[in-house]
Amino acid sequence: MFKVLKARFHQKYRTMKFPETAPEMAGRYMGVPVINSSECLSDCRKCIEVCPVDALSKKNSLLNLDLGKCIFCGKCGDICSEKCIDFTKDFSMAVTDRLNLNLSDNTVLEKAEKLNRKMLKIFKRSLHLRQVSAGGCNACEADVNVLGTVGWDLGRFGIKFTASPRHADGLLVTGPVTDNMKEALLKAYEAIPEPKIVIAVGSCAISGGLFASDDATGNGVDEVLPVDLYIPGCPPHPVTILDGLLRLLDRMG
Amino acid sequence: MKNSSLVIRHNEILPLDTIPLLEEKEFRTDALELIAARCRVSSFFAVKNKRNEDILYLVVSDDAKGTLQVLSMKVENCSFNSLTPEAPQFHLFEREIYEQSGVKPEGHPWLKPVRFPGKEGSGGRKAGDMDFFRIEGDEIHEVAVGPIHAGIIEPGHFRFQCHGEKVYHLEISLGYQHRGIEKSMIGAPRKDTLYRIGAAAGDSTIAHSTAYCQIIEVLSETGITARAEAVRSVSLELERCANHIGDLGALAGDIGYLPTSSYCGRIRGDFLNMSALICGNRFGRGAVVPGGTDHDIDEKVLKELLERIESGKQDFLSAVSLLWDNPSVLARFDGTGTLSTDTAEDIGMVGPAARASGCVRDIRKDHPSGSYRFSYLPVSTSQSGDVYARGYVRWLEVQESIQFIIKLLNELPEGEVKKELNKNLSPDSLSVSLVEGWRGEVCHTAVTDSEGKFLKYKIVDPSFHNWFALSLALRGEEISDFPVCNKSFSLSYCGFDL
Repeated sequence: MFKVLKARFHQKYRTMKFPETAPEMAGRYMGVPVINSSECLSDCRKCIEVCPVDALSKKNSLLNLDLGKCIFCGKCGDICSEKCIDFTKDFSMAVTDRLNLNLSDNTVLEKAEKLNRKMLKIFKRSLHLRQVSAGGCNACEADVNVLGTVGWDLGRFGIKFTASPRHADGLLVTGPVTDNMKEALLKAYEAIPEPKIVIAVGSCAISGGLFASDDATGNGVDEVLPVDLYIPGCPPHPVTILDGLLRLLDRMG
Repeated sequence: MKNSSLVIRHNEILPLDTIPLLEEKEFRTDALELIAARCRVSSFFAVKNKRNEDILYLVVSDDAKGTLQVLSMKVENCSFNSLTPEAPQFHLFEREIYEQSGVKPEGHPWLKPVRFPGKEGSGGRKAGDMDFFRIEGDEIHEVAVGPIHAGIIEPGHFRFQCHGEKVYHLEISLGYQHRGIEKSMIGAPRKDTLYRIGAAAGDSTIAHSTAYCQIIEVLSETGITARAEAVRSVSLELERCANHIGDLGALAGDIGYLPTSSYCGRIRGDFLNMSALICGNRFGRGAVVPGGTDHDIDEKVLKELLERIESGKQDFLSAVSLLWDNPSVLARFDGTGTLSTDTAEDIGMVGPAARASGCVRDIRKDHPSGSYRFSYLPVSTSQSGDVYARGYVRWLEVQESIQFIIKLLNELPEGEVKKELNKNLSPDSLSVSLVEGWRGEVCHTAVTDSEGKFLKYKIVDPSFHNWFALSLALRGEEISDFPVCNKSFSLSYCGFDL
């Protein structure tokens, strides 16, 4: 008994103060990129060619970066001699509208909006989610799971992951939606009572990510289900996921 | 032993024309002789060569000698005699060969689908659509679980045959996570290949990326610097620590012992954050690249890492030591899900689960590469082969890993961390690379075509060897012990499904 108490004392109180205080991100963490095409050389396509997921494009000498595809490898920023792409430390990047993930010059990322009044009335203080991995590699799953630990203590916001879709208010989906998981995903969605929400976590779930246009996978959740919240990253940092959830529930303070 | 196989080590180039193409009879005798001599199957796959012939390649690991033996044979009439009846560790490899290439292992006891790849393989069957083993009789009942499970976890289907609480048989049917990674590797490397490999099993990014990069470096005859090797090893050991700590916490959670469970969830995060300190990503995405690593450990990072690893160690010791002298914990761990050494050897188990059953095998010792060539890392083993042993081995391994990380960081060699590749990949060659990931042996084998592109890239995640072990461990157990048994193996669904 003494040992248990000693351990409890040693482990301290560890729950983060988020959203009141933002956590400090690692020095090499890559968050929301800022794009500045003004110095972009007209015939240079290096960043477009190096991008492993074809997230970059250039139209009328304006660069466009699709955060829904981006895996945050940072290769585009590294290769650009003119520093047109700069990854900031901003972790807040969940959006309600898929199109808002397209970043170009002077784009201010339109962060996720709160649910409508009716939904908010039901979900604001208690949101139960069923998580379905539909081809996720266990990195997104792991960083969703982390939110349940004492460090984040998701329960204090009334958000909980539930075992049965019948007890859930929505789905949180990871992975590009493999052909083999499509049916199970749709069944889980159908089993959730109305009204319900769908959250796509990670570049695979948003766009197919690394596995886009592969034979055995789809190109993300919104090909098969209506999505209410897109959370980019490969995988998204836990704080990015929590930030998105809290914005959706209008609980950012 | 009169044997016609080729003896090599991993991370070597083997020109395809130097591998003797055996007759089936000879191939079979040699393969079975090696298995009888306590070698184990690391990889076994079919390749279609440019003359449209199917060639089988078998990579067998001789852990005692630190060598690999490569055997190959030409397939006649699209079939060969199954080796499974003589050596059970071939069973899944042969099913996979049939599913991927149509080459049939005649006499295989049960040629079920492996991943249900849809259009081409498995006759267009949907995942889970197969015959399951059934027990008939009074009061026998069947429990079907999945593909979607209760927690935040990947999908798979489990079918239990029970009498009351007692499990007589567990059958595991996977494939739900199949993304077609191996198929997409044909004609690679491409610009996204490294990242795809990194997502083969997202919790083992460092292990799989390291195996891939070693293959690329060997085939392009590029040696990496000692500093790069050290940084890679630090990352690999951090990955091991994070996952082992998470699993020890989850084991505690599965038996309702909450202190360790809640502390470990957070401590695991601290170790993931140490990976982020090195490369910016908690899962080490892009940390290991062909030619070395993209991120050096500079003075500032070094100082912070050493501080964090020390406090992480203290937190870990305080949280997990609670388990080992708590009678109610031990009562649930002891004697649960037992696997004997013989079974573990027979089915070719790898990693901590094998070591917990008394198999002294660890790639870091048996087939060392990089920094592991210069350090002796004790192999942590246990004899009892139960949940307790699988937990306890991890407890020991985390401590060894932490010591090793501290040693590496304190003796970080000078120099660069990245080199350009010397040349394009060697054409018409085969190369095997092994890495001891946190779950066990990660084995990558590349076969290149005449232009140095991949004709075949075979990935064997440790889960491929160990899922069957979970089935066997459940025999005779109570079904309510399934979660804790499952967690004690903690296998990858996507690493298996690829």
